[in-house]
Amino acid sequence: MSEKVLMKGNEAIAEAAIKCGCRYFFGYPITPQTELSEYLAKKMPKVGGLCLQAESEVAAINMTMGAAASGTRVITSSSSPGISLKSEGISYIAGCDLPCVIVNIQRGGPGLGGIQPSQADYYQATRGVGHGDLRLLVFAPSSVQEMAQLTIEAFDLADIYRMPAMILADGALGQMMEPVDFGAIPQRELPAKDWAACGHENKRKKNIVNSLYIDPQELENIVDQRYERYAKIEETEARCEEYLTEDADIVLVSFGITARVCKTAIGAARAEGIKVGMIRPITLWPFPKKAIQTAACSAKAMLSVEMSKGQMIDDVRLAVNGQCPVEFYGRTGGMIPTPDAVLEKIRAMQAQL
Amino acid sequence: MTTAMLFAGFGGQGILFSGKQMAKSAMYAGKNVSWLPSYGPEMRGGAANCSVIISDEEVGSPLVTSPDVLVAMNLPSYDKFETSVKAGGYLIVDSSLINKKSERTDINVCYIPATALASENHIEGMANVIVLGQLLKLTGLFDYDTFLADMLRGIPESKAALIEKNKKALELGYNYNA
Repeated sequence: MSEKVLMKGNEAIAEAAIKCGCRYFFGYPITPQTELSEYLAKKMPKVGGLCLQAESEVAAINMTMGAAASGTRVITSSSSPGISLKSEGISYIAGCDLPCVIVNIQRGGPGLGGIQPSQADYYQATRGVGHGDLRLLVFAPSSVQEMAQLTIEAFDLADIYRMPAMILADGALGQMMEPVDFGAIPQRELPAKDWAACGHENKRKKNIVNSLYIDPQELENIVDQRYERYAKIEETEARCEEYLTEDADIVLVSFGITARVCKTAIGAARAEGIKVGMIRPITLWPFPKKAIQTAACSAKAMLSVEMSKGQMIDDVRLAVNGQCPVEFYGRTGGMIPTPDAVLEKIRAMQAQL
Repeated sequence: MTTAMLFAGFGGQGILFSGKQMAKSAMYAGKNVSWLPSYGPEMRGGAANCSVIISDEEVGSPLVTSPDVLVAMNLPSYDKFETSVKAGGYLIVDSSLINKKSERTDINVCYIPATALASENHIEGMANVIVLGQLLKLTGLFDYDTFLADMLRGIPESKAALIEKNKKALELGYNYNA
């Protein structure tokens, strides 16, 4: 076993990117994400890569698009307001079928908001990160170890499906340190990037990377093809962790740092004899609908716990489809829910069963 | 077993460093561990604190709201967190910067003039390590020699001069009879 290192979540993403062959970073500093670019500014030159601080987020995402079009692995990162600025470029990247990894270390919003942790960009990541019919692969790590693992996963799946992938974390996960074991990087068979615009040297037909289709029928066909891929992803790539759900009357649904708060609360509730468990989505898109549907068959009630005013709860309700009541508990603006407050909510729900 | 710790003081006192040393030693000892700093304007010299959790179990919420061990290195931190210490827990106070006495009888309170000890011994800026020495003695969380070795292995060769200072500070803190 390789030795564990104590790292910040932001640094773990950066190191994982280097370890899986990413050699390009384009970004613009913003709290609480900056350690990621700081780490890459030091490390990228040492491995022959490029870490560039662009003049703005808009420039950074378009540089990311350019690098992705050439077929190389590329990553960009920001925090909530910066992701809004990048959203036009993300739509273009999706429209060009380009793989890349976009990191959002969320902070409180809307507007400039604050700098403390938040999960209020759930809608943005899973619904509306840019204009048009498009999806992003969205990964929600819950520990520093997962920040590293899911970054590698995000690069692989982005390459396999030719689409942008997002790591949706938050300020707490970005800033906190935990032991990370990089271990062996799993090697996947990846498709050749024969679409890349990387110089044909008169040896093959030129590749064109483009998102403009004036003929509506042509555009519809292309979007339809993309949605066939999306359907396959929804079928095969949804991931979650199930925690003590087997006998649970109350099933919590929670992701990222909030899921850890819930685990602490669940431990305390179990000690009081309350049968409670949790489904922790690891991918937010595709959303782990099946696991939630199954849990809703045996659970008496479900509870979505988020650091927002309630966004993922919409997906939970769609999956539960009326089989049991779905309640909500959340904090917003940069406040992290306490295990005690979640426990209080669980007790109140238990009393209603 | 789970130990939740909170280190709090001014930015620049080495609060985050203290927490990191605890987290590192715990990691080397094979424990689960998390370290969560306050971040943002604090880094520029306001209040700074960090939550450290050391556990045999998986660490749940990394935010410490009721610590087993509180290190308070300035008055605002003392005022803010003194009441949050768990019954039976430890409160370590830098008494050269905080001239208050806790009225709680359900916790172990230790007063150590760490900042004054640091200046008297010409190791200014190392009050945080002095406090760590006292913390080790009080809580018995780590073996002294192991902790020292863990701490020194984080010092790069270019900063070898810091080795003696750290050793001295940890020893001073450990041997201080509060």
